[in-house]
Amino acid sequence: MGREPYETHPYDVLVIGAGGAGLRAAIEAAARGARTAVICKSLLGKAHTVMAEGGAAAALGNVWPEDTWAVHFRDTMRGGKLINNWRMVELFAKEAPERVLELEEWGAVFDRTPDGLISQRDFGGHRYGRLAHVGDRTGLEIIRTLQYKMISMHVDVFMECTVTHLLTDAGRIAGACGYRRDSGGWLVFPTKAVVLATGGFGKVWRYTSMSWESTGDGIGLALEAGADLIDMEMVQFHPTGMVWPPGARGILVTEGVRGDGGVLRNAEGRRFMFQYIPEFFRAETAASEEEADRWYTDKRSNRRPPELLPRDEVTRAIYREVKTGRGSPHGGVYLDIATRRPPEFITRRLPSMHHQFLELAGIDITKDAMEVYPTCHYSMGGVRVNADTAAATVPGLFAAGEIAGGLHGANRLGGNSLTDLLVFGRRAGMHAAEYVSTIRTNPNASRDQIDDAAAALLAPFSAPGDESPFDVQTGLQDVMQEHVGIFREEAGMRTALERIAALRQRLSRVRVSGTRQYNPGWHATRDLHSMLTVAEVVTRSALERKETRGGHSRTDYLKTDAALGRVNIVAAQRHGTIELAVEPIPQIPDELKRIVEEHT
Amino acid sequence: MNAGEEITLRVWRGDAAAGRLVDYRVRTAEGMVVLDALRAIQATQAPDLAMRWNCKAGKCGSCSAEVNGHPRLTCMTRLTEVAGEGNPLTVAPMRAFPVVKDLVTDVSWNYEKAKEIPPFSPAPRDPDGRRRMYQHEVERVQEFRKCIECFLCQDVCHVIRDHPENKPKFAGPRFFVLLAAYEMHPLDTANRVEQIRQDAGIGFCNITKCCTEVCPEGIHITDNAIIPLKERVVDQHYDPVLWLWRKLTGRGKTSAATPPPSR
Repeated sequence: MGREPYETHPYDVLVIGAGGAGLRAAIEAAARGARTAVICKSLLGKAHTVMAEGGAAAALGNVWPEDTWAVHFRDTMRGGKLINNWRMVELFAKEAPERVLELEEWGAVFDRTPDGLISQRDFGGHRYGRLAHVGDRTGLEIIRTLQYKMISMHVDVFMECTVTHLLTDAGRIAGACGYRRDSGGWLVFPTKAVVLATGGFGKVWRYTSMSWESTGDGIGLALEAGADLIDMEMVQFHPTGMVWPPGARGILVTEGVRGDGGVLRNAEGRRFMFQYIPEFFRAETAASEEEADRWYTDKRSNRRPPELLPRDEVTRAIYREVKTGRGSPHGGVYLDIATRRPPEFITRRLPSMHHQFLELAGIDITKDAMEVYPTCHYSMGGVRVNADTAAATVPGLFAAGEIAGGLHGANRLGGNSLTDLLVFGRRAGMHAAEYVSTIRTNPNASRDQIDDAAAALLAPFSAPGDESPFDVQTGLQDVMQEHVGIFREEAGMRTALERIAALRQRLSRVRVSGTRQYNPGWHATRDLHSMLTVAEVVTRSALERKETRGGHSRTDYLKTDAALGRVNIVAAQRHGTIELAVEPIPQIPDELKRIVEEHT
Repeated sequence: MNAGEEITLRVWRGDAAAGRLVDYRVRTAEGMVVLDALRAIQATQAPDLAMRWNCKAGKCGSCSAEVNGHPRLTCMTRLTEVAGEGNPLTVAPMRAFPVVKDLVTDVSWNYEKAKEIPPFSPAPRDPDGRRRMYQHEVERVQEFRKCIECFLCQDVCHVIRDHPENKPKFAGPRFFVLLAAYEMHPLDTANRVEQIRQDAGIGFCNITKCCTEVCPEGIHITDNAIIPLKERVVDQHYDPVLWLWRKLTGRGKTSAATPPPSR
């Protein structure tokens, strides 16, 4: 086969992904003088950030003046069951307010308090109302604001393109290569730095709130380039996804429903969450329905309703209720705001939930309860980064947003993701630009790397076999849903690993029909490489952690193990195989430790 | 149509050179939307069927197409709404944009237009580093900011749907909504009126309201964005003194209770 021709686009910094983190990184890198481009799999403005609903957490203190960065720090550490990277959490909590205010500079219009300031709503795990929001379409507001800010800075955007490989030169980043999804044309980006902002990998599970794009490309790219991953076993199943109709299963129902007063009930009509308050959160959780209901308006003398425990706790509770036969007809539980708040309040605060249920399920949430069940929603783990610089362990590689690990520990609090994108997107862009300015001799990728990558991408057009990429994808999603889902156990995960290996064999026999022009079957085949890698790393990391903590729950190790609370599981690819290491979490300074241990 | 029944989807297949409608049989399920049916075809019958989708929840605006001739988001269109008795359901690409392949069109014109809109330019912050705006002032701007950029309004707009030659001098409803969001923002300081008249070509619009009818977000594009912008153009074009007075007093721009500190 002859060499595949390609277009060359040299830049200082290439940002992969155009969600909130990628856009914020590009804005910062460009503002600091780096020649910057963004490459994304979809059209600009369609990335998964657009689906974020509830809000961006930041201790602005607009509604509750008692709220400070320290309280946000504490809530985030405790929500993450203390295996978070404390320095990331510190930077995050301190910088969050300015990052949110900056969005107003660029045109964002958040809902207001009566004083004209940014309003802040209640969410799970947050001591005070803390989420800057726009109804329940906050992600749209943020992505649109960043998108138009970036457009005004003349950053080049390569839409509907997929990066398949990172290029390296003597162990440091030398660029990336990929292809145009519309024409199938091959692209090479010789760059000095790459920012990974590829988001999560929820598509590896059957029921997920994530879009088709969330196939974990960044995980595959990072591993292949030699970067470390961290906490890959920590996958968040959001407590409330739609369960009916079948085509809508997994679509998110915002935590804002509970933040605004909605409660969970089982088939018997009981508010079951009071039965599931863990010891770790007992002192800060309401003991009765009366106290819980008073909390919405008086946070000083009442404690948080158990419906607003961190997501991992609520998810486990729903799982058990359904398992013990107290579920709804379609295998979920009821989320009821109709009997708790007036219709005008619901349609004003939760307009897109109202629209979504009305259009897709024919249910009016101002009149009836929603049926919900946990859905795969977020990956806490990801590329291991330096807390201050967002640098991965490979020189020239940076990572921000959901693809980076460490900030959220074992479980992310709602509202912390949008702020994560802003704080660490900016840091990644800033430090990538800084790194570029220190480079004396430009990295240079060998032609062989580019040719090998092109050959691998095109192989499925001539592969021996007749497997369908969509069948392999569904097979993988079913394996992960069954064996590496909300609850996991050793034997099931061993089975999963065998099946993943078998699916990898099937992938080599996938034959793509049609042309290279906008061919979804071909695109899906490419995505399967990252998806299978993600599945293997998650499963192997999950086998390693023999306890229940945060997003990782095991039926064979139901308790939290204090010793495992002092370690992270780190994965890396060496000579083509994935190796795991158990490493101590960074030592938290005493003054921050005291903040974490303070109650209320 | 009942769940479990088979229906026919007549899907446009082809590229810029040529294309035709192809029939596919799909077994329906409860609550199925058009996008579900298209994906089922892709997974089992036509793996190279090109279409765009992302969120499958009406939030990203990727899956726009013409269902039985009507511009719709396929993810929010239930089969029961559109599948007639015994008649095939037709799904075709948006007509106002050049076809790339099958249901995917080249919407790059919209992204080129986006680059022509001068960015938001706010007044300085208050002395305490905050910005104050009141809910009643921002509500109309928030309506415009609900736009998910599905480009259905652009697709249906008569000015360009049958007259691609107008595209260079006309921004289309989506960008009138964006311009309105900036122009009516309580803190924006730019004068956008000449831009709206000259570059965006608002005079082309003859208020047929087709854009408003297809907006999946229910934005009152014509009444709340285009007509007020047209009024501003008329006011300023014929009466610059009135425009200056408005600017200085803040009437029509921001409430008197919160003049930006710079004024």
